[in-house]
Amino acid sequence: MRLQYPTNIKIILVPCTGKIDVLHILHAFEKGADGVYAVGCMEGDCHYNSGNLRARKRVEQAQKILNTIGIEGERAQMYNLSSAEGPRFAQFAVEMDERIRKLGPNPIKLAQKKAA
Amino acid sequence: MIVADKKPIEEIIEEIKGHEKILILGCNECVTVCEAGGKKEVGILASALRMYFLNQGREVKIDEETLERQCDHEYLEEIRDVMDQYDAVVSLACGVGVQFMAEKYHTTPIYPGVNTCFLGATEKRGLWTERCQACGQCILARTGGICPVSRCAKRILNGPCGGSDHGKCEINKEIDCAWQLIIDRLKALNSLDDYEQLSPLKDWSTDRAGGPRKVVREDVQE
Repeated sequence: MRLQYPTNIKIILVPCTGKIDVLHILHAFEKGADGVYAVGCMEGDCHYNSGNLRARKRVEQAQKILNTIGIEGERAQMYNLSSAEGPRFAQFAVEMDERIRKLGPNPIKLAQKKAA
Repeated sequence: MIVADKKPIEEIIEEIKGHEKILILGCNECVTVCEAGGKKEVGILASALRMYFLNQGREVKIDEETLERQCDHEYLEEIRDVMDQYDAVVSLACGVGVQFMAEKYHTTPIYPGVNTCFLGATEKRGLWTERCQACGQCILARTGGICPVSRCAKRILNGPCGGSDHGKCEINKEIDCAWQLIIDRLKALNSLDDYEQLSPLKDWSTDRAGGPRKVVREDVQE
């Protein structure tokens, strides 16, 4: 398909989105990521039954924690698609890129630079 | 096990905001099982606090450690060498661990990071329910293995009361009537005769009514 999507997105492969923990998401922000999103299988289609549902809950927990500590929770997102939907993958990447550009850089990254 | 629940991060921040070197201390036992104060929860809280203080423009050292238990001397001793690096500790252990830490490290403030709730069981992941109130005089042998002290809202020993409605308790339709459960189990055990026997007055002096309690076992003491 040779689809185009923003080059600033770093893909981390996991066996299932159910592997993603709140801690992974928070650490990504602590290390300076401007946004983190998980792309899982369609709800109801998880090969492990509930991996993508767990991921959604964990993304929601991360959003809540981020909001509490003064970082926009919407920097963390959960998306679902089927493995045959390449164009949607590219669309999510564009959506996320636009969302984060509106929010600006991760305030933690700026604070770390200031502190250094 | 002892069941605890997470404290809101806002509440923890409010308690520790005056400190600059903080240790987040987890416990590998009960609070790990109920996902409130184990290594993972320590990591999440520590990461959130580091980001919070950075975002506030403050340099606060937040370190992580998880001990095997916080209710035994030998495990608490493991951090003695590093305790002078911190001016406060947030303990994610149950109230026992928090207090034992406070006794051992007398001059360092220890803040609780969880709310300790009850002695209970894991019904399923994310659902813990109370089973025991540690009354000190177990009567489960007479009540079909179901405890009316912890599971009956009135703690009555000869039940059910008039508030039992189709097997549910009058205080909440989601709560089983403990005495209905007891009768059902005695029936299943073919021991309904036990139900006919009135329970005598219980000696509550071994419960909290007698003040703080202790167990002395000279046979195992050194």
